[in-house]
Amino acid sequence: MTRIIVVTSGKGGVGKTTTSAAIAMGFAKKGHKTAVIDFDVGLRNLDLIMGCERRVVYDIVNVIYGEATLNQALIRDKHCEQLYILPASQTRDKDALSQEGVGQILEELAAKDFKYIVCDSPAGIEKGAHLAMYFADDAFVVTNPEVASVRDSDRMLGILSSKSRRAEQNLEPIKEYLLLTRYAPERVKIGEMLSVADVQDILSLHLLGVIPESKSVLTASNSGMPVILDEKSDAGQAYADIVARYLGEDKPHRFIEEKKGLFGKFFGSK
Amino acid sequence: MPTDSQKMPNHSPPLEFKSGSFSVPVLILFTDDLKTIGQQLQEKVDLAPEFFKNSPLIFDVQELNKQGLDIDVSALVDVIRQSGLLPIGIRGGNVPQNKVAVELLIPVYSTHSISTTSSDTQKQKTIAPEPVVETTVTTTLITRPIRSGQRIYASGDLVVLAQVSAGAEIMAEGNIHVYSTLRGRALAGVQGNTDARIFCSDLQAELISIAGNYKVSEDMSGIVSKKPIQVYLQDHTLIIKDIV
Repeated sequence: MTRIIVVTSGKGGVGKTTTSAAIAMGFAKKGHKTAVIDFDVGLRNLDLIMGCERRVVYDIVNVIYGEATLNQALIRDKHCEQLYILPASQTRDKDALSQEGVGQILEELAAKDFKYIVCDSPAGIEKGAHLAMYFADDAFVVTNPEVASVRDSDRMLGILSSKSRRAEQNLEPIKEYLLLTRYAPERVKIGEMLSVADVQDILSLHLLGVIPESKSVLTASNSGMPVILDEKSDAGQAYADIVARYLGEDKPHRFIEEKKGLFGKFFGSK
Repeated sequence: MPTDSQKMPNHSPPLEFKSGSFSVPVLILFTDDLKTIGQQLQEKVDLAPEFFKNSPLIFDVQELNKQGLDIDVSALVDVIRQSGLLPIGIRGGNVPQNKVAVELLIPVYSTHSISTTSSDTQKQKTIAPEPVVETTVTTTLITRPIRSGQRIYASGDLVVLAQVSAGAEIMAEGNIHVYSTLRGRALAGVQGNTDARIFCSDLQAELISIAGNYKVSEDMSGIVSKKPIQVYLQDHTLIIKDIV
């Protein structure tokens, strides 16, 4: 059974594309055949983060308009052969996407035995975001620990539960997971950031994982390597935990508490 | 309140007059330029199309008549209808304007009703028969969180077993029960039922309203959250009280 996962947030700049790239790579590295689709037509970025921007020939809009087959447009990742990328078009806008077209692509991917299809949603709640989440089975709601992002995520959750295919056809609702990104425990401590508990209190959502604010994310993006491949980095480990948890492994949450120095380790209370 | 939908007993009279009070938007006009009015109305309607769609409206021409601007009532009615609103009354019109309105089957309201003093309402209250509580009430049950941007309307009571997020709006003609945190807007008794109440286990609402009497969160800054409370109407004032 194929699972379609949408990575969404409402607000921009919270780490949707970083998350999409990382978890898609995570699934693929665990041996699952995975596709990751960029729905941000006109502002495509996923190919950059995945480091395949120089191999893009056809894109999702070409496939929808029948100008290329899905096989022609899918790019196989150079780090992991179980991972395929379907890039967005940079020269078109979101109106070039259609519900039937997207539905057909997802069906075709399912027929090709893809286990996980990760849909990287654009920001906002307009057409691109709507189509990215419409067919989803699971939603990864990416939120930063600040009020505007939390509010937008809440709005997105409302849309997921009322405007998706599962909602319209009265099926079992989309499973929603919270991913808290760019989390900095030391800033939470001095009250500059909402804590995990605050965000969970507002959203009342199952927490899949916390990704710490980390330099490695920027480094990874700039070098076109999903951050999960940087196994030494805290962000990479956090994404690996998230993938494992989603696949049913029991992993304790990390990166919620402040890192303690040697002194803190010996004398700090918990 | 009974929740089953009983049929009226057979010996009941075929009809009955009841008093009811409704809150209706009043459009106060400051210009007689119909084109401008049309544009402005459309802009307002576009802001909240769901809210304004087929909404009743009373238009007030008192200000215009004060300035000596004699607006064409029938053309004005056309403009209002074009924007999707349903004019149901004129207020502050002069004799010829009122005449035109009546010809268009639009009732004439007196301007005094805006400045009704409390003694007036007291007098009216003694004359008006006590409103009888409806016997057919259905309860709407919501078990999932109501998220920002979602709106729920219940024609009877509304029971919510999950949180109501900031930016969400729940409305009920009857009572509202929220067995979790209420952060959005809650409007009970929206059709004028002044006996409606709001109950919730944690009040952090942006706005609460019963039969059109409302309080915004700024007015509720003294309320201790995380405590079960109820809200009811007493002498046109919202009372917020702990549930003991």
